[in-house]
Amino acid sequence: MASEKVKTFTDNNFDDETSKGVVLVDFWAEWCGPCRRLAPTVDALASEFDGRATVAKLNVDENPNVPGRYAVRGIPTLLLFKEGQLAETIVGLRAKEDIAQMIERHLGA
Amino acid sequence: MADRKVTIIGSGPAGLTAALYTARANLKPLLVEGLEAGGQLMLTTMVDNWPGFRDGIMGPDLMTEMRAQAERFGAEVMQGNVTKVDLQNRPFTLAFANGKSITTDALIIATGASARWLEIGSDRKLSGHGVSTCATCDGYFFRGRPIAVVGGGDSAMEEAIYLTRFASKVTVVHRRDALRASKIMQDKAFANPKIEFIWDSEVADVLDEGKGEVTGIVVRNLKTGHQTTLPLDGIFIAIGHTPNTSLFEGQIDLDANGYIRTQSGTKTNVAGVFAAGDVQDHIYRQAITAAGSGCMAAIDAERYVEGMSDHHAGEAALQTTS
Repeated sequence: MASEKVKTFTDNNFDDETSKGVVLVDFWAEWCGPCRRLAPTVDALASEFDGRATVAKLNVDENPNVPGRYAVRGIPTLLLFKEGQLAETIVGLRAKEDIAQMIERHLGA
Repeated sequence: MADRKVTIIGSGPAGLTAALYTARANLKPLLVEGLEAGGQLMLTTMVDNWPGFRDGIMGPDLMTEMRAQAERFGAEVMQGNVTKVDLQNRPFTLAFANGKSITTDALIIATGASARWLEIGSDRKLSGHGVSTCATCDGYFFRGRPIAVVGGGDSAMEEAIYLTRFASKVTVVHRRDALRASKIMQDKAFANPKIEFIWDSEVADVLDEGKGEVTGIVVRNLKTGHQTTLPLDGIFIAIGHTPNTSLFEGQIDLDANGYIRTQSGTKTNVAGVFAAGDVQDHIYRQAITAAGSGCMAAIDAERYVEGMSDHHAGEAALQTTS
């Protein structure tokens, strides 16, 4: 189960939701084994950065437009937005500490 | 006193079987999952060669069952990644990405192997943007599009066949003039009208780094040297695996290809350190052989730990009598 701190983004609300602050989006799908592995990490990051950064998931099955726009053709992929601009891309699995450091870097600057 | 009697690194069939057996031996094992938790089976669909499931079982489901079974007997599964080991001093020390560390009397290494890349630079840079090592994860993005699969083994054929569900056409690029895959997989692949083959060839480049997505590949014929550009939207790499042993370099014996050398069962050259599964096996590389060697490592580790306590008991007895 996804933590309630993790927001759910869709093709419709994506631009609004990513327009302000630091936002981490996890592109995933039900049938993707590695996505399931990354899910607890994303949950933990949402709790860790609660109130400081937004952590969200976007289901690529239900929302094909946003992945198309960012040429996402592999999952899991994490995109980090800062004030609406794409700032970082992580493809595949990564340790929670590495992702946290990346978020911190953009929060600090 | 070490924090743990037995610690296992890796959560594929080898690691989880080792956890099951050491848990049932009351050794209260700690299993560190690693980044690619569940191992290679998490990237598969139907597994038809795991005995006991006559209709097959989905790879991720099999791993969920194995994990639950190990936990049922008291194995503790920890999310996380070992970043450093000290196998020179006893008890052994493992350090984690979160800065914490633990000590253990015996260690079972079951870190497996990860997909190998082409190592031509452009393949890694376009990872996630058309280059993939996981057909079940990324096939979906190529509905109605032409793609390539690189490799000639069972995994390559399995991926090529699976990908025909989505792709308009699958071109298999293979270095030799014949497949290494098993007969049954070859027959399936040759019979599939969506699959074409380019023999005696390697991928020289993946296009287009400038655009940030795959638009084609450059294929070089190894016999003639002739290069052709193939326009396509995706490329799946299935050219084998590399053992995950960089953590142990310089501390235990590895062979020329980086696999852990084992002897008389699952023993490494360091007493108390055992290895199981693909990390020490470049020949069989099956889920069932990995599980089998995980069981062997558990039994070897159990004997080692018992030997240690007998030794301590002996020492204690000597002290009381003297």
